[in-house]
Amino acid sequence: MESQALFDAVKAKFGDAALELQDAGFRPAFVVVAPASIADIARFLRDDPAMRFDSLMCLSGVDYKDRFAVACHLYSMSHRHAIGLKAYLPKETPSLPSVDAVWPAANFMERETFDLYGIVFEGSKDLRRILLPEDWEGHPLRKDYKYPESYHGIKV
Amino acid sequence: MKPNVPVEALHTEEMLINMGPQHPSTHGVLRVILRTDGEVVVNARPDVGYLHRGLEKIGERVTYAQFMPFTDRLDYLAAMNCNCAWAWAVEKLAGIEVPERAEYIRVIVSELNRISSHLIAFGSFTADMGAFTPFLYSIREREKVNDLFEAACGNRLTYNYARIGGVSADLPPGFLEKTKEFLDYFEPKIDEYNNLISYNKIFVHRLANVAVISAADAVAYGLTGPNLRGSGVKFDLRRDEPYSVYPKLEFDVCVGTGERGVLGDCFDRYMVRINEMRQSVRILRQAVAQIPEGPVMAKVPRMFKPAAGEVYFRSECPRGETGFYIISDGTVNPFRLKIRAGSFVSMNIFETVTRGLMIADIVAVIGSFDIILPEIDR
Amino acid sequence: MSREPAKGAVVPPPAPGSPGPEAHVMVGSADMFVNWSRKSSLWYLLFATACCGIELMQTGASRYDLDRFGAVFRASPRQSDLMIVAGTVTHKMAERLKRLYDQMPDPKFVISMGSCANTGGPFYKDSYCVVKGVDLLVPVDVYVPGCPPRPEALIDGILQLQKIIEKTRNFAKKV
Repeated sequence: MESQALFDAVKAKFGDAALELQDAGFRPAFVVVAPASIADIARFLRDDPAMRFDSLMCLSGVDYKDRFAVACHLYSMSHRHAIGLKAYLPKETPSLPSVDAVWPAANFMERETFDLYGIVFEGSKDLRRILLPEDWEGHPLRKDYKYPESYHGIKV
Repeated sequence: MKPNVPVEALHTEEMLINMGPQHPSTHGVLRVILRTDGEVVVNARPDVGYLHRGLEKIGERVTYAQFMPFTDRLDYLAAMNCNCAWAWAVEKLAGIEVPERAEYIRVIVSELNRISSHLIAFGSFTADMGAFTPFLYSIREREKVNDLFEAACGNRLTYNYARIGGVSADLPPGFLEKTKEFLDYFEPKIDEYNNLISYNKIFVHRLANVAVISAADAVAYGLTGPNLRGSGVKFDLRRDEPYSVYPKLEFDVCVGTGERGVLGDCFDRYMVRINEMRQSVRILRQAVAQIPEGPVMAKVPRMFKPAAGEVYFRSECPRGETGFYIISDGTVNPFRLKIRAGSFVSMNIFETVTRGLMIADIVAVIGSFDIILPEIDR
Repeated sequence: MSREPAKGAVVPPPAPGSPGPEAHVMVGSADMFVNWSRKSSLWYLLFATACCGIELMQTGASRYDLDRFGAVFRASPRQSDLMIVAGTVTHKMAERLKRLYDQMPDPKFVISMGSCANTGGPFYKDSYCVVKGVDLLVPVDVYVPGCPPRPEALIDGILQLQKIIEKTRNFAKKV
């Protein structure tokens, strides 16, 4: 399915929640959606017979300096096509609904994004730090992250 | 996933067991927090991150070429595959054409590395199951692959061989003959392993019907590589999203068949790896015969600045799909680099499939996933 | 176990009428015999954190056969004399490493294997969570450079450690 047709289908179903299609320079193309409706759109993309995006390849956080984003890369095992799903989030209190009910694979990746970016996934079944220790301060992959001087008395 | 004994008969008080991060059978610094009821596991929660080295942050602070050595340390058992995966990803981002000989060299070293990686998977898995001899056999063969790599790039474990636009040096004289010699030596060894351990009654008993993952679950949980194929899903990026010169090479996609139990159990995942080694030998024989003469490096500027854009590229590594999500802002270093690693995603399903198993089976499940910690923690 | 007599031991000539040199008589200081037995059975803790762990594994296995030097791996720190820190140590791991070291019985030795354990290696500059050298946590006896070190280098490290053990004074006071 072409990315433009796919975007139109999402637009027809969800209206203004589908914001734009990022096509040129993006491989795969991204459907940019409003963060609040990402879980509903994800469910639609998974269940619609023409889409069938049953596999979540990758879920990543991005810090675009002026705003955050969560980017999902989706793949359909039955139709063999791929698309990206992206939601931009504000710098202050970034949060959006979790998609781990749609793709169970999302759980670890969401925990990682929470750990390294501080993006909160509402309704996640288990949202804790995953890679860093529980008492680590800050979220290292943010662009404005300052490396700590020491951790538990050991120089960093 | 049902234990062999009725749980009610064994009911005791629940107990918390901590396994790792220093434990001989966890393949590195994995920690599992087990809540058990006697021998039966109620809940096994993996606690990862003991080897988190911040590769993604490092990726934002070094140039594209400088990140190559770090991909070695992303999955050190299959460093060649990771090297090439990174090179392919950046080439896709920048639209670089790579000389055909370089592509063949990459495929040859990747498949050799797939063999040596599966050998470690086989060896350490059987060692976990209590059979130490196959481990020594597998290292014996692996050393021969290491010798080949040492001849090609000068190192045994971390190769740093691929470059953006090709490979660092042409293959040394005699490499292809040595590879052929190795293949002739190695192919009968696979039968030897099967005779030695694969169909051993005790070994089969410990693996068959343990931690069964259905095909639907495997897809939903994002499993890739041998773990996905072990559940009977015929999906291999080398065939289904072909890259490099794989379309010119003939091979079968090995899938689990449920030959000793239910489809998708530990034995199927184990057997997929054994069969894949055979297919790698087949690919190597063709690649060695077909490799053309020519340059091994494309013209790439020293100050390499790809145009702004976002690309996601994935390739088939021994532990599943290794994907790089690169965001370029037109400067010398990536703006954002996300590494999607097979082992990390495999670990997600661990808690689900281990529910109701015996404690000893946990080791079998970890081994059958063939996880490696730097890929989980990055 | 080495069949060689301890270094510095005096093997006296056979007395007239004795069964010959096979009588196994050696004369030496108590220190020498203690050190000799210690250096010949260095049981190391299987503590592989990262890449170097694979080289450690391969050193112990078929081709390089580390057992020749009396070094065999143990899974428990309680049974080990030597800790080979093979690989990167992160801040999350640091506490556990210290705890493992504390569990080992005296006398205990540490080999820091590879650049990561020595100094933080390739992660020294840009990483936020790698300990810059395991000597910030535990005392190190021998540093083995390399990323990762070849098995020969690790074996040399163990031989160097044996030399250090040989020179240790357990009973005799320094004059």
